[in-house]
Amino acid sequence: MPEYRKSLFLKNRWLPHPLMTLVLVIIWLFLVNTITFGHLLLGTLLGIAIPWFTNRFWPERPKIAKPFLLFRFFFITFVTDVIVANITVVRLFLLPDISRLRPRFIEIPLDTQDPMVITILASVISLTPGTVSSEVSEDRQTLIVHGLDVADEKTAVQTIKTRYEAPLKEIFSC
Amino acid sequence: MIFVIELLVSFFLVVGAFFALAGSIGTYRLPDFFSRLHGPTKSTTLGVGGMAIASAIYFSFHGEGVSFHEVLITLFLFITAPVSAHFLAKAARHQGLHKDKPRMEKNQGFSDK
Repeated sequence: MPEYRKSLFLKNRWLPHPLMTLVLVIIWLFLVNTITFGHLLLGTLLGIAIPWFTNRFWPERPKIAKPFLLFRFFFITFVTDVIVANITVVRLFLLPDISRLRPRFIEIPLDTQDPMVITILASVISLTPGTVSSEVSEDRQTLIVHGLDVADEKTAVQTIKTRYEAPLKEIFSC
Repeated sequence: MIFVIELLVSFFLVVGAFFALAGSIGTYRLPDFFSRLHGPTKSTTLGVGGMAIASAIYFSFHGEGVSFHEVLITLFLFITAPVSAHFLAKAARHQGLHKDKPRMEKNQGFSDK
């Protein structure tokens, strides 16, 4: 274990991931569907134990610089785009002449090498209009995305970069 | 149960069922592997999402308090659907499937232009 990581590990020995603890407690309360003192206690216990046991898989904490922007990104941009994506894709599926589709791979140059941001970006791309992310190049420089109906590669790349990558970079400040 | 609630539940059920059906039709009609991936990852997400909303409304007004299980179902679906699609696409690319020309099938293939 490198020295800097050891110090981080020791410093946050009992609460290595406070945010994950909070999320786990909330998920536990949703699972049991009741809010009683007993379940709050059990949830807190799980919320402390699980991050502690899985600490080696998460050496770094995600740095959420702008939580409000994250909230807005997920509940406005993301939810609208998921609904729009479904309507768009369903319309393409039900085209009488399906050979009019122009499926192809597009390569998106990434501006960030942060694994967390790339993961979220790839997931968001998969859930939004007509695109499924299919591979990250080994040097983490490009994301290869399959588009169902791509008219112009440049505009498609530009849309994804400004609509999803830019806000994500701002939220996680990298 | 109140009529409005019944109407809402039916609406979300029908919307969910429609998107699930459309996703299956897409998976059937599209000619190549990568295009077929689009069906299950999207339409099934909103399809199951719609049904989960219907379920949440139904059980919330059924006497046992607000129901939160459906929120978790939707959350887990939205996390796992893109990840599994990504793995399938990645595996297919490593097999070299993207180098094949899309196969012509009667009445539903792509032209080579």
